[in-house]
Amino acid sequence: MCLALPALIVELLDAETAIVDLGGVRKQISIALVPEAQVDDYVIVHVGHAIGILDEAEAQATLALFAELARSEA
Amino acid sequence: MKYVDEFRDGTLARNLAASLQAEVDPARHYSFMEFCGGHTHALARYGVVDLLPGNVRMIHGPGCPVCVLPIGRIDMGIQLALERGAMLCTYGDVMRVPASDGLSLLRAKARGGDIRMVYSPADALQLARNHPGREVVFLAIGFETTTPPSALVIRQAAREGIKNFSVLCCHVLTPSAITHILQSPEVAQYGTLALDGFVGPAHVSIVIGSAVYEPFASTYRKPVVISGFEPLDVMQSILMLVRQVNQGRAEVENQFTRAVNRAGNRAAQAVTTEVFELRDSFEWRGLGEVPFSALKIRPEFAPFDAECRFELIYQAVPDHQQCECGAILRGVKRPTECKLFGTVCTPENPMGSCMVSSEGSCAAHYTYGRFRDIPVLTT
Amino acid sequence: MITKKNGYLRPLDLKHGRIDMNHGAGGRVGAQLVDELFARAFNNPYLRQGNDGALLSVPAGQRLVMATDAHVISPLFFPGGDIGSLAVHGTVNDVAMLGATPLYLSASFILEEGFPLAQLKRIVESMAAASRACGVPVVTGDTKVVEKGKGDGVFISTTGLGVVPEGRDIGGANAQPGDAVLLSGSIGEHGVAVLSQRESLQFETAILSDSAALHTLVAAMLAAAPEGAVHVLRDPTRGGLATTLNEIAQQSGVGMLLQEAAIPVLPQVAAACELLGLDPLYIANEGKLVAIVAPEAASAVLAAMRTHPLGLRAAQIGQVSEDANRFVQMTTAFGGRRVVDWLSGEPLPRIC
Repeated sequence: MCLALPALIVELLDAETAIVDLGGVRKQISIALVPEAQVDDYVIVHVGHAIGILDEAEAQATLALFAELARSEA
Repeated sequence: MKYVDEFRDGTLARNLAASLQAEVDPARHYSFMEFCGGHTHALARYGVVDLLPGNVRMIHGPGCPVCVLPIGRIDMGIQLALERGAMLCTYGDVMRVPASDGLSLLRAKARGGDIRMVYSPADALQLARNHPGREVVFLAIGFETTTPPSALVIRQAAREGIKNFSVLCCHVLTPSAITHILQSPEVAQYGTLALDGFVGPAHVSIVIGSAVYEPFASTYRKPVVISGFEPLDVMQSILMLVRQVNQGRAEVENQFTRAVNRAGNRAAQAVTTEVFELRDSFEWRGLGEVPFSALKIRPEFAPFDAECRFELIYQAVPDHQQCECGAILRGVKRPTECKLFGTVCTPENPMGSCMVSSEGSCAAHYTYGRFRDIPVLTT
Repeated sequence: MITKKNGYLRPLDLKHGRIDMNHGAGGRVGAQLVDELFARAFNNPYLRQGNDGALLSVPAGQRLVMATDAHVISPLFFPGGDIGSLAVHGTVNDVAMLGATPLYLSASFILEEGFPLAQLKRIVESMAAASRACGVPVVTGDTKVVEKGKGDGVFISTTGLGVVPEGRDIGGANAQPGDAVLLSGSIGEHGVAVLSQRESLQFETAILSDSAALHTLVAAMLAAAPEGAVHVLRDPTRGGLATTLNEIAQQSGVGMLLQEAAIPVLPQVAAACELLGLDPLYIANEGKLVAIVAPEAASAVLAAMRTHPLGLRAAQIGQVSEDANRFVQMTTAFGGRRVVDWLSGEPLPRIC
């Protein structure tokens, strides 16, 4: 129901605004809901707002889980 | 796109499909409801159904805020534009939903209504700043993911003392909808709807956290797996649900660990509570009145509440008699079991809520999956 | 003795001037606009004759093809093009999609009162440059002016004439089960480039419109295969690839099966579409074509496409099938299957 995508913060414009990059496309968004976000964080963006920070370690762990299934099925 | 493409990998999908096939119990059926319309859309768009074992059935739930938006609320928006001269702003999703008198927001625009599509509530507030002589109203829809941005914009308008901006609030709540389904006769009493578990919403859960689903698992004994948005996430979540069912467990598990935790986004929750409060009851299209399922703007922010500002009165508008959206939203019927599906009711001419948005059950099935209903010869 | 004086007409103020109702009144001021702006830019013997129509020669033994388009795009200028070059490319392409060699263009302009002459000059010069690059002259035209508020700056309508050899029959009803479905390159660029200019959406991207004239690509493709091997040619403009393939499926009474992994999409286009909740399959293209060819000719045609600058990323994206329901189906990159349906209306960005 909620179209939201992980995008990389490339620049902080002020306490509440940042520029993110998704696949080479840049957009200005609000980070008012994730005040702790920093440059080089991946944030989940929905309707022009960051609603959460992506935990990259967990993302890698999830992908590793998929890959492990590949090995166990092979 | 990093952290997106990797979760759409076809090779990994085949492995997950093999695991699912290996782990399902051939002697039983599994029925899982994916609550969130975004998951419905993902399942359809990627054709995930083709990769699931034959005895796993996905039931599409009511987590589509456009689908459950009652006609009467859209009528209010149209009225504001056509009769009260307001600049009505909303998301693209709402523009084509048919309302009363053969109108939609798009058609009202053709009749001269100043209706604007925005990508974010902040855009609507900016329009209010740019047009100080006009009343600007933002028609706000969405579940808990979309609500904090609306709260932010109301708070910002109050801070700046903006005099010409208000919000027509139609925000709805996820746990109430899940409760409604679990308490529906077909699930609770008759047992006619076999429901073995839920695929929980991805982005709503980022905001509200995973802990809120725990009562569903414990009270109703239904497993919940909170799933990421991408097709590999959904498949893994279905595998986790199958395992819970096989092992007789009913727990809340989090597959979307890269973005969801138990507590959720406190800052987002705080601003939501600051600006909004619970409505006693709210009409959901297809489900009827659902108690404590929606939000309204707090009295402190009354100047920004379009319902107060314009003294709007809600008029309920019933759907077509033969429309089966209610049953479909509760998972009791499939789109193809509705007499209107595909004949009178199509995405071009939607009769009910399930067809109006591309992630409604009927629209998703029609747009992506109806070829499965008809045997097709391929050379 | 009476001295005959020539009337002095001040040149058009192409920097600061604006279109006014006089320009459309058919008088001297209007003629001056045609002379100093249009005729000067397009600059060919036909226009220099100063008639209301053009006398044309058509090669013997060929049949005539005619196509027409109206261009109402907003914004008028976008990354990679403008309404002028778009108009030329669009009509040249419509003619080329019948397998015809484009020969002549006409252009009529509806100008809004108040429209800046500087912008008009830019558009007309862009159009003239596109016309010269194609080798297809604008041989006749017309201008009208409407009151302020009754036009979106400028509307352009173009008609193209071309010729096709006797016996060539390329059209939407000719797809056969077993035919290969070929695509000349990546999709969605024009639509994304235009959307990126819409103030309300505000995203930055380096994507340029792919607006281009495809007639030389078509010629190369037709030369690479026996006459009759290319069954259908169409450019997926409004409504995108999905709409075009559905149209052909309907017209020919066939189905199609596509492979998503074979359809080229630039990463930035994919990302922009994701951000807005749009599907690249439904986004307009202005420099791409779909060809449906007999299976035995597919590799030769594809090879010819790939040596042409506008077909470098050409690919076979699917096959035509027998299907009474005329579905266009697709195996997703993920491994499942879905229908690629006919677009309901204009794609609107979504949040859900």
